[in-house]
Parts: sequence; structure tokens; C-alpha cells
Amino acid sequence: METTLIYDGSYDGFLTAVFTAFEMKLKAVTMVTSERFQQPLFGTYETVITDQEKANRIWAGLKKKMTANELRRFYYAFLSERPTMEDTLYQAIVYVFASKTNVASDFTNTHILEVSKLTKHVGREKHRMEAFVRFKLTKDGVYFANIEPDFNVLPLIKNHFKKRYADQKWLIYDLKRQYGIYYDLEQVDVISLEFDTDFDPSKTSTALFAEVELEFQQLWNDYFKSTNIASRKNMKLHIKHVPKRYWKYLSEKQ
Amino acid sequence: MSFERVQEKLNILADAAKYDVSCSSSGSNRTNTNKGLGNASNSGICHTYTEDGRCVSLLKILLTNHCIFDCAYCVTRKSNDIKRAAFQVQEVVDLTINFYRRNYIEGLFLSSGIFKSADYTMERLVAVAKKLRLEENFNGYIHLKSIPGASDELMREAGLYADRLSVNIEIPTKQGLKLLAPDKNRADFIKPMEKVKNEIIQYKNEKKLIKSTPKYAPAGQSTQMIVGASGENDMQIMYTSNYFYKNFNLKRVYYSGYVPISYDTRLPQIGTPVPMLRENRLYQTDWLLRFYGFNIEEILNEQHQHLDLDIDPKLGWALRNLHEFPVDVNTADKRMLARIPGLGMKSVYKILHARRYRQLNWEHLKAIGVSLNRAKYFLICASNTFETRDLTPEKIKGLILQNSKSKYTDMFSNQLNLFG
Repeated sequence: METTLIYDGSYDGFLTAVFTAFEMKLKAVTMVTSERFQQPLFGTYETVITDQEKANRIWAGLKKKMTANELRRFYYAFLSERPTMEDTLYQAIVYVFASKTNVASDFTNTHILEVSKLTKHVGREKHRMEAFVRFKLTKDGVYFANIEPDFNVLPLIKNHFKKRYADQKWLIYDLKRQYGIYYDLEQVDVISLEFDTDFDPSKTSTALFAEVELEFQQLWNDYFKSTNIASRKNMKLHIKHVPKRYWKYLSEKQ
Repeated sequence: MSFERVQEKLNILADAAKYDVSCSSSGSNRTNTNKGLGNASNSGICHTYTEDGRCVSLLKILLTNHCIFDCAYCVTRKSNDIKRAAFQVQEVVDLTINFYRRNYIEGLFLSSGIFKSADYTMERLVAVAKKLRLEENFNGYIHLKSIPGASDELMREAGLYADRLSVNIEIPTKQGLKLLAPDKNRADFIKPMEKVKNEIIQYKNEKKLIKSTPKYAPAGQSTQMIVGASGENDMQIMYTSNYFYKNFNLKRVYYSGYVPISYDTRLPQIGTPVPMLRENRLYQTDWLLRFYGFNIEEILNEQHQHLDLDIDPKLGWALRNLHEFPVDVNTADKRMLARIPGLGMKSVYKILHARRYRQLNWEHLKAIGVSLNRAKYFLICASNTFETRDLTPEKIKGLILQNSKSKYTDMFSNQLNLFG
């Protein structure tokens, strides 16, 4: 009989669920966030309460079995938020723990290979967000950006922006997941915002943003146009690099 | 900063700089110290792409498009009747900082037409970089185009503030340069390159002894050549390239398919298609030299002076060297794996890892991401079914082309008619 473990959606929550599955010696198990959970017709289900200690034990166990880079892959795969992600990771973890040698790079194993594929997707999205964040200077002197990434990459891009923009206040807001990261010149905090009903994230209203903001957007737009070589036009390649779903927050594509 | 004036200058001076191909912002390692602005990392970031599909990672502009030279292939040439403009040092600084703060760019690529003299121009380029570093506390990427003929003293200073320096050698052969850029002299390109190369070596040695030695051009040097403007063949281009890699430790050589911009009779006429496929093949060859362990003589030589347009250079090499195949993916060394057509370095890395656990078969290779359409004629693995071994190169090529769809197919059918 299959057991469904319901966790809170956090990485520690997931690792706690993995711990629980081992502890209860469950043969057939599936893991799901409370948001996605639907009562199964057959089988039982149980809610897992996130336990830092249990999570740490799984993480430390994995650390012993694989390299830092391989460990990183597991975390990246988790952030993909794919519905099959938990099962893939769980199976990969079972495989890793069951082997005497390090098998975390055994790409002939379907679960390990799947983890590496998910990692690739998430890694690409992380890189894209580092590229496509477009800060706009608000009247309050904060550089503000909205994004809607396919995967939950804010935790992955935090350090990049902190290191790079150490001397300006900035805020990157994930509209899809409704939380953001805010740097106040000292540290980066996770925050959530409430927007006015007439707030249009793809526009730069003069009520909220500094006057020079529109000038620099215009200059960037002009630059983008002047740097194009018309006789080499290749829209297919352009769209491959800058997928249309990102366009609405890219000032050069307005 | 006056918005209207800067806007007009930017339009002119970005347009004039767009034929410079280099856009990379990688290979540097400048960290953001003392809470300044920006850093430069080993892997750069492309912040957007133009509609022609090229990456935009730097604010690429000319300081001025006034020029005392008259090179036939260049839009900025003296005899061309175009609008001229020149940025002030502070204007370039303001643009860079404000674009950077909005995460539009990784830094600045600053080139220039030559006004008055080489030193006069170079001095201003250096002034921009110096101001960015010292006054604005900017740690982002700076690429300065060295002006041929600039003095050693200025080149030394340039390297202290820039991440990368480059001199465009423009035309792959001396004869071609003489024809198209009579005012220019190859020796003038080589001199600053030599100077920078020596400085890089010297600073690196000093840094080993004294930790506080400043960085000197940490992302190294690059250069570029125009392809298809002066009638040279692929062998001449790649041998020139190889010469610069070997003798000047260049990080990159760029190849720029000539975009006709002039009615000069020495050049391909306006309307002639840009040789994009050829450019692509040159870049592939460049990659084989830098990352796949090939020697230039293996790919291009007296018997084989042109790269194939219909197949990639690695496949071309493999078909001429069938005696090296098939390669057993379960035992071959890294060098030989990298030589199998259809295998990129990522697949090679995955194979080397995966085969520790078990013998790899077709399914494993496919799952890893090997392009079997090409690779299957050149390798054996832990499977009983193999492609027939007695195929001729022509036959293999035919089979591969039959089953592949190149993004260049349309372009290629034209070129077949030209060359076939």
C-alpha cells in the first residue's frame, strides 16, 4: 500500500519527509506539498512536521556520500518545483544511501540522470534571471525589479546580487511566488509586498519611479536598437535566447 | 548629463561600434571590495540579445567616430560621409554606471576612431577606465580597444584599469591589409600586443612574490579578423589565428563575417550575403583547437585548405581519418572520446563518470545526450548491434546528411550552387 507524506514545501520539510520514510521503513512512498495534496483513493497519507534536526541528519548523510557539486544538484533539482521532483529525488537518495561507493554521478541510473536534467533546467533559469532582472529606480532610491521565473530561483540568485550591488538598495520580487528579496545595504531579507490594485508591473509609472528612470530606459532602448545589424537578422535565434515569456519585464522589448 | 545630447551621441556611436564582434565579459576575477559597485566573474552574463541573435553583455560604443584613417571595410573611415560625434569622458562614465546599476550590462567595451593621433586617443580611453575604477569604485568588466601605435607607457596604464585589452588585426593576411587599409601597418598591431603579453607575464610573476601586486588585464587579450572581405581561404585564416594563440597567449580570436557597407570596388558589393555559415565553421574550428585538443594541421593543410560547409569540421576530420575509428567508449581516453563526431565535452565528461559503474550501451549514450545520428558510425559500446563497419566516408556522410536538418539548410542550398 502506498503512503503519501505531506510536507510544507520547504527543503527542510522535504528532507524531514525523507527521514520519515526511512524511519517508518516505507516500501511504497510518495511525497507532496500540502498545496498540491489531493486525497488518494487508495493508500494512506500522513502529514510530516518539519524538523530541522531530522533534515540535518539526512543532509549530513548525503554529504558523506557525495561531492559538494553533486549535493548542490539535489538542491537545484528540488527548486524546480516539478510535480515528480520529490519522487525523483527520493529514489536518487535511496540509491545513494544503498551504495557503498559514490554513485551520485552514475548517469546510467534514471533517477540520477533525471536529477542532473532538472539541475540543468534550474541552473539555466538562475542564469537567465541574473541576466534579465531589470532594476528600475524608485522615488525612494530603491532599485526595484519584478520577475516571474519558471522555477523558484530567488534563493539561488541572492548572493550574486548581494555581491554585485553592494552599494545600492535593491529589491527583486517574484510575482509568481509572491515573495521578494530586499537588500538594505547591510543584509538581504525575504519580504512580501501588497501591491495597489492599479499597479502594473510591466509599466514604469512616474508616480512610483524617479524621473531619470524613464530617460535611462529610453537610452537603453536606443542602444538595443542601434546595436542590431539588420542584414544579419535572425529572429529564431533571438527568441531562443530571449524567450517571449520574459519580454514583458524587459525594458528593451517594450 | 544632458539627455538629448547623450541620446544622439549614443545612437551614432553605438551604431558605429556594432561591427566589433567581441562581447564576452568572462575570464576575469575582479571582486567587489569595500562595498563598491559591481564585480567581474569567470563566467560572464549576456543580458540580452540583438535581433540578429548576438549577445549583448557590454555597453559597446566608440568614444568617437572621427577617424584619420581610411580603411575600406570600416564605416568610420575618413572618406565615408556620415554624421560624426564624440563622447566626453564623463558621459561614458555616467552611461556605464547607470546601465550597470539597472543590471543592463556587465560593463563597458570602449573602442574609438582615431582622432589626431594614436596616443591622444588612447589617453582618453584610459581616462574613462581610470575614472570608473578610482572615482566610481566600479569593479565591473572593462574592455578597452588598444589603438595601434599607442605608446608603451599608455598600454601599461590601460592594463591596470581594464580587464581585457584587444587590438583588431582586421584582415587575416598582410597582403589583404595592404590592399584594404593602406594607412595601417601590421607591425603597429603587433607591438601593443607584444607589450601587453609581456606585462601580463611580468605582473603574474610579481604577484606570486608580492600579494598586493595589482591585477593587470586579468581577462587577457583578444583580437578579431574580418572574414570574406579580402579573398583569403580558411587555412590562411586559421593559421593566422593559431599563430596569435601560440605567440601572444590570446584568450580569444573572433571572426566577423564581412557585412558589405561600401561601394568600394575592392570589396564585396552591398547586397552580397554575409558569410554566416563560414563564420560558424571557423568558430567550430577555433573550439576544436582550444578545447578538443586538435592541432591546426589536422584540420586544415595544403591538401585541405577549406572547411566543409555541409558538415562540421570535426566530422570532416573523422571522415578523412576513418582508420582512427571505431572508438570504444568504454575504454577510450578523454582525448579520443572528444574526437568522436557528435560528442561534446559535456557528453565526454558524463561518459567518463558513468562508465565507472557499468558498461555503456546505446540507450545509456542516448540518455546522456550523445547525438547518435553522427556518433553511431564512429564508436562501439556494450551493445551487439553496430553500424556496418565497411562504409566509405562518402556513404557515411550521405547517411548523416540524409538524417539531419541543419539550421543553415536554406543558406546552404544557395552555396551549393555557388561552389558545386
